[in-house]
Amino acid sequence: MKLGLTGGLLASTLLAGAAGAQEVTLTIESWRNDDLQLWQEKIIPAFEASHPGIKVVFAPTAPTEYNAALNSKLDAGSAGDLITCRPFDASLSLYEAGHLADLSDLPGMENFSDVAKSAWQTDDGSATFCVPMASVIHGFIYNKDAFEELGLTPPATMDEFYAVLDRILEDGSYIPMAMGTADQWEAATMGYQNIGPNYWKGEEGRRALIAGDQGLTDEPWVAPFRELAKWGKYLGDGYEAQTYPDSQNLFTLGRAAIYPAGSWEISGFNAQADFEMGAFPPPVPAAGDECYISDHTDIAIGLNAASPNAEAARRFLEWVATPEFAQIYANALPGFFSLNSAPVELSDPLAQEFVSWREKCHSTIRSTYQILSRGTPNLETETWTASANVIKGVETPEEAAERLEQGLASWYPPHFKYRK
Amino acid sequence: MSDRKPRIRWHIVVFLAPAVAVYSAFMVFPLFNTLRLALYTEVDNVRQFAGLENFRRLFFDPLWADAFWNALGNNVWFFVIHMLVQNPIGILLAAILSHPAIRFVSFYRSVFFIPTILSFVIVGFAWKLILSPIWGIAPALLDAVGLKSLYAPWLGKEEYALTTLALVSVWQFVGIPMMLIYAALLTIPDEILEAGEIDGITGWSAFWKIKLPLILPAIGIISILTFVGNFNAFDLIYAAQGALAGPNFSTDILGTFLYRTFFGFQLQLGDPHMGAAIATAMFGIILVGVCIYLFGIQTRLRRYQF
Repeated sequence: MKLGLTGGLLASTLLAGAAGAQEVTLTIESWRNDDLQLWQEKIIPAFEASHPGIKVVFAPTAPTEYNAALNSKLDAGSAGDLITCRPFDASLSLYEAGHLADLSDLPGMENFSDVAKSAWQTDDGSATFCVPMASVIHGFIYNKDAFEELGLTPPATMDEFYAVLDRILEDGSYIPMAMGTADQWEAATMGYQNIGPNYWKGEEGRRALIAGDQGLTDEPWVAPFRELAKWGKYLGDGYEAQTYPDSQNLFTLGRAAIYPAGSWEISGFNAQADFEMGAFPPPVPAAGDECYISDHTDIAIGLNAASPNAEAARRFLEWVATPEFAQIYANALPGFFSLNSAPVELSDPLAQEFVSWREKCHSTIRSTYQILSRGTPNLETETWTASANVIKGVETPEEAAERLEQGLASWYPPHFKYRK
Repeated sequence: MSDRKPRIRWHIVVFLAPAVAVYSAFMVFPLFNTLRLALYTEVDNVRQFAGLENFRRLFFDPLWADAFWNALGNNVWFFVIHMLVQNPIGILLAAILSHPAIRFVSFYRSVFFIPTILSFVIVGFAWKLILSPIWGIAPALLDAVGLKSLYAPWLGKEEYALTTLALVSVWQFVGIPMMLIYAALLTIPDEILEAGEIDGITGWSAFWKIKLPLILPAIGIISILTFVGNFNAFDLIYAAQGALAGPNFSTDILGTFLYRTFFGFQLQLGDPHMGAAIATAMFGIILVGVCIYLFGIQTRLRRYQF
């Protein structure tokens, strides 16, 4: 039965091949189902125009199901030729299991800095297995009309930030901040990881945490939780049951003034909102402090080691590594900032604002992604629940930090000394 | 002449073969393979035999045990709500529908049964919208009757979320006990009820003294169906709250716990061996429950022949 089916497929491929003169179709696995149109209308036509004979199909799955679905497909041998890579361990484990091919020698890899590649390398940096595509930057997007109406200016320090929120709350015509805790990851990603780098000093704190020189119960890691604990009253009524799409809609409908954001929201918000938007970086704790932003290496693309079309797939990846792709991608998807060393001209003002912070602030990536989420309990997932609990007041900042540290110390050797 | 050998009745084998083959390939083999998978673990991409280590971790290692007992406790509560709310309401509806004075019986019957045929995804999404603090009609409806103070973002509160979802599930499935009981009530011969009437048993006392004892076997079947269904439940929680079964794991039941463990979640990679251990534990729990019913309850139920 299986043989018959395969035979039939083979025969039909052969026939099609004979008719279409060796046309190869590449399938891309991705979690970015929001980008389907952009791939179909801009990126794929640009590639196909310069590479006759190779067809590309973009086949995304829902973000929350992507990792599970991809792992199952790879194990079953039914995955696409090109795999969109999550950063760090999810992709590293795919590489170690032999599902992703080594791309260290791919022409064009030299266009990326070591930091850009770090999310898709083995721990010792000897092999790179995905071509970096883009990073996302955290910050706050605000409704310019609302700010003008209330005579507000974007805050630079945390004190100013709360002053702005209090002012909006007092006025009452807008919900100060659109964020919910129902999906939990919003609280961690747009909350903790957004404002956190200013407290743990970006890379410095992140590396100290990985090395075990700092623990999650140390002040730099508890302080962001203390800030989150103050957020509850600024979120809308019933924020406990507010989901991520609810938050997006509240903001784009003009009912909320500030949206704790990731830059990936830009293209969606541009299409939905009919007011002018601005953005400000996470406010610093005190005036004059150096600023740090989460400039998170988020997305890359690799080659399925079992792909029968490896040759064509490598040509696609070479193209992804070129400045041409960077230009198309960064402008088609404002908010996904190219990791290519070649400078890219951005046309979207909001995206320009976000990317301008790279110049004045220090970049770092999300603290939980490298190495620290390798064990059970999973630090990233635990941070989601902890952040949501702290905002709701179910857990105090100190309790949440202690729980996270004990979870991490239970399996991560450099943190064994924090065990209780 | 009469020493004929007992013939092998080949036709029995032939007729049974397709069902046995399909059942073995798709049910028996995967089941035992899952049980086997639970005895292994993976170290550095190599599968190793680990004996009962996975179960020791699941039941006694606080990292796993806390999540497991939390999921089991939630699951028990989910089942209790169904037994206390869904089944009595189902019986009540059936009793009302079988009353001869009620008109438009088939209309009501269909209305109550329709949610059962809806997809979990639709039910989960629709209720999430109804109860939403932002777009939902629940706050507005309560406001209209002056009870706005009763409203809370139920799905987002740890103390209410599981009960809310259990009640949504009850809303969806109340049609099934109703139909089964209704069918059982229809089989009760009128002569028995008339004989009771002559003895002065009418109305509600006829229900309690005559009908209820006669439908007890049907209630038993419904209980066991509810039990198996609830302990295998997953879809509604997943559709409404996602695989993380928020807030703070308060709606986490065995099915969602299994899903997260087996397939992985966000940065957490899937662990098929621990997943299989959880699946085995679920299988054991259901097996024990069904056995208690079969040997402890069903054998004692009295059946009546008319």
